[in-house]
Amino acid sequence: MTLLLNGEPREVAATTLEQALAELGYAGKVVATAVNGDFVPARKRETVTLMEGDRIEVVAPMQGG
Amino acid sequence: MASFYGFEPKSRLFLGTAQYPSPAILAEAVKASGVEIVTVSLRREAGEGGAGQAFWSLIRDLGVRVLPNTAGCHGVKEAVTTAQMAREVFGTNWIKLEVIGEDDTLQPDVVGLIEAARILTQDGFEVFPYTTEDLVVGGRLLDAGCEVLMPWGAPIGSGRGLNNVYGLRSMRAHFPGIPLVVDAGIGLPSHAAQAMELGYDAILLNTAVAKAGDPVRMAQAFARAIEAGHQAFQAQPIEARDMAAPSTPVMGKAFLS
Repeated sequence: MTLLLNGEPREVAATTLEQALAELGYAGKVVATAVNGDFVPARKRETVTLMEGDRIEVVAPMQGG
Repeated sequence: MASFYGFEPKSRLFLGTAQYPSPAILAEAVKASGVEIVTVSLRREAGEGGAGQAFWSLIRDLGVRVLPNTAGCHGVKEAVTTAQMAREVFGTNWIKLEVIGEDDTLQPDVVGLIEAARILTQDGFEVFPYTTEDLVVGGRLLDAGCEVLMPWGAPIGSGRGLNNVYGLRSMRAHFPGIPLVVDAGIGLPSHAAQAMELGYDAILLNTAVAKAGDPVRMAQAFARAIEAGHQAFQAQPIEARDMAAPSTPVMGKAFLS
C-alpha cells in the first residue's frame, strides 16, 4: 500500500507501524512517530495497523532554540 | 539558587543548539560557557542517513540537561503532539512550549499556549512556556500548572534586546517567587545583563551566540554578563535620579577662589 511518509508517498508491504519503520530503514534509530496527526508511542507501534494513504510522521532529535 | 522544576543549575544561561557553524563549535560553546541546559527540537528524519542520530549522540556526550521545544507549532494539537514525541525521544518531562500565533514576529498565541500548557501539565509534563510579558496571561499559565514563565525580550532572532523593560520589570514584581526566564530577542551580553539586573532568573538565547563571529567567545561573554547582572541584582542597585548628586564630599573642600 502507499503511505505518506514525512509528506512523501512510499510503497510498503508492511501492515503495522512497527513493520513499516523497519522496512523504511528506521530499525534501531531514535525516532518518535505519529499517524494521521496522533502520537503513537514506541510500545504501541506493533499494534497500530496501517491503512492506505495513512500519514506517517517520523521525527528525530534536531538542533533547536 | 533558582529552581526549575527541582533542578538548580549553576549557570543561568540556557543555550539553543541551532545555527552554529559546526557541531564541534556548538559543543565547545556549551563547554566553555558552563551551560547546563540546552534547547533541542524534533524534525522529520529520513530512514537512511538521517542527521538526527549523530546530533543526539553529540548532545548526550555533553552531559547537559535538554529542554525540547515545540518550535514552529501554530496550533494546540500540533504542539501537544510534538511535546509527546519529544518526551519519548529525549526522555524528559521538560518541554519548552511554543505556540506561534503570528509569523512576522513569531509572537506566541497566548490563548493556545494556555490551553496547551493545561493539557500537557495534566499529562505530567513540566512546561516552560514561551510567552509575552502580559501579566494576566502569566497568571493563567501558572493556573494551568506552569511553575516557570519565559517572556520574550523581543521577537525570536531579532537581537533587539528588551523591547519592553517596563513590562518585564512589572512581571518580575508581579510574580516574586516564580522562576522567570527571558527567552528570545537577546542580541548582546548587555541585554542579558539588563534582564538579570531586573531580577530575572535566567536567560535563554541561541542566535546571538550561534551567529556571532566567534560563538565560543560570545557564549563566554554571555555567561559572564549574566552572572554580573545577577550579582548586581542581589547587591540592590541604586535608584536613578535626574539631577547630579556629588559623590565626593563637599564638606572640607579648600576655599581657593
